[in-house]
Amino acid sequence: MWIYEKKLQFPAWVEGCDLRIAKGLFAQYGGPDSELSAGIRYLSQRYTMPLSEVKAVLTDIGTEEMAHWEIIATLIYKIIDRADPEEMKKAGLDAHYIQHGHDVYAHDAAGVPWTAAYIQAIEDPITNLTEDMGAEQKARTTYEHLINLTDDRGVIETLSFLREREVVHFQRFGESLRMVQEYMNRPKR
Amino acid sequence: MKIEKERLEMLKEIMAIDFSGVELNLYLDTHPMDQRALAIHNDYTMKAKMLKEEYEKKFSPLTHEIVSKCPWEWVAEPWPWEIDYEMGGK
Repeated sequence: MWIYEKKLQFPAWVEGCDLRIAKGLFAQYGGPDSELSAGIRYLSQRYTMPLSEVKAVLTDIGTEEMAHWEIIATLIYKIIDRADPEEMKKAGLDAHYIQHGHDVYAHDAAGVPWTAAYIQAIEDPITNLTEDMGAEQKARTTYEHLINLTDDRGVIETLSFLREREVVHFQRFGESLRMVQEYMNRPKR
Repeated sequence: MKIEKERLEMLKEIMAIDFSGVELNLYLDTHPMDQRALAIHNDYTMKAKMLKEEYEKKFSPLTHEIVSKCPWEWVAEPWPWEIDYEMGGK
C-alpha cells in the first residue's frame, strides 16, 4: 500500500534555459539505469528475500526511487513546459514533441522506450542484491555524466542530491548483502 | 507557480525533516539495534507530525487523509511539481 504525499522529497528547481539537458534527463526517467528501473527492480525482488531487515530495505529504497522518479519528471517538466515546438526541435526533442508533446514519457535520452528487460529479479538473494549494488553505481555514474553536461545551477543541485542517494543506497545494499551472507552461512542444526 | 513565502518556507522545512526521517529509516533497517539513531528518528517523527498538522491547518492538505470542508480540499493547486521552490535547498 502506498499513499501520495503532496510534496517532493527535494525542492527540485531549474534556471530553465538548458533545454538540451531535459533530453539528457530522460536517461534517468526511462533509461536502463533510471529511477523507474530501480524502483520496479527493488519492489519486485522483496517477496522472496529471506530476511525481514532486507525486505524493509527493498521496500523503503524501492519507494524512495518512486519519489526520485517524480523529481526527475519535475526537472524535465519545468524545463520543457516553457519551450515552444521550435525550441524543442533545436534541443533535439522534436521526436519527443511529436509523440508526447510536453508530457514526460518513460524513454531514455535517445528516445528508446523503457523495458522490463533492463532489470532482473531471479530469487537468489545474493544475485539480486549484487545486481542492486551495480545498479546504484550505474545510476551514480549517469548522474555525474548529466552534471558534466549542464551549467543550470538548479539541475546541478537537484542531481547532486540524487547522486548522493545512490551512494547511500549502495551502502545499505552492501550491508544487506553481508547480512544475507551471514544468514546463509549460519550453522545448520 | 509561486506560493507565499511563509508557506514555501514551512513546506521546505517539512520536506527536509521528512527526508531526515527517510534517511534514518533506511539506516535503521540495517542497524535496528542502534539506540541513538532510533532516538533521533523518533524525535524527527514527532517534529514532522506537529509541523504537518500546522501546515495542513494553515494552508493545504498533504495527504487525502483529512477532514475536508466543501469543496474537497485535496484537489487544490499547486501540485508539488508546479511549485517554484526558488533556489531549492538553499
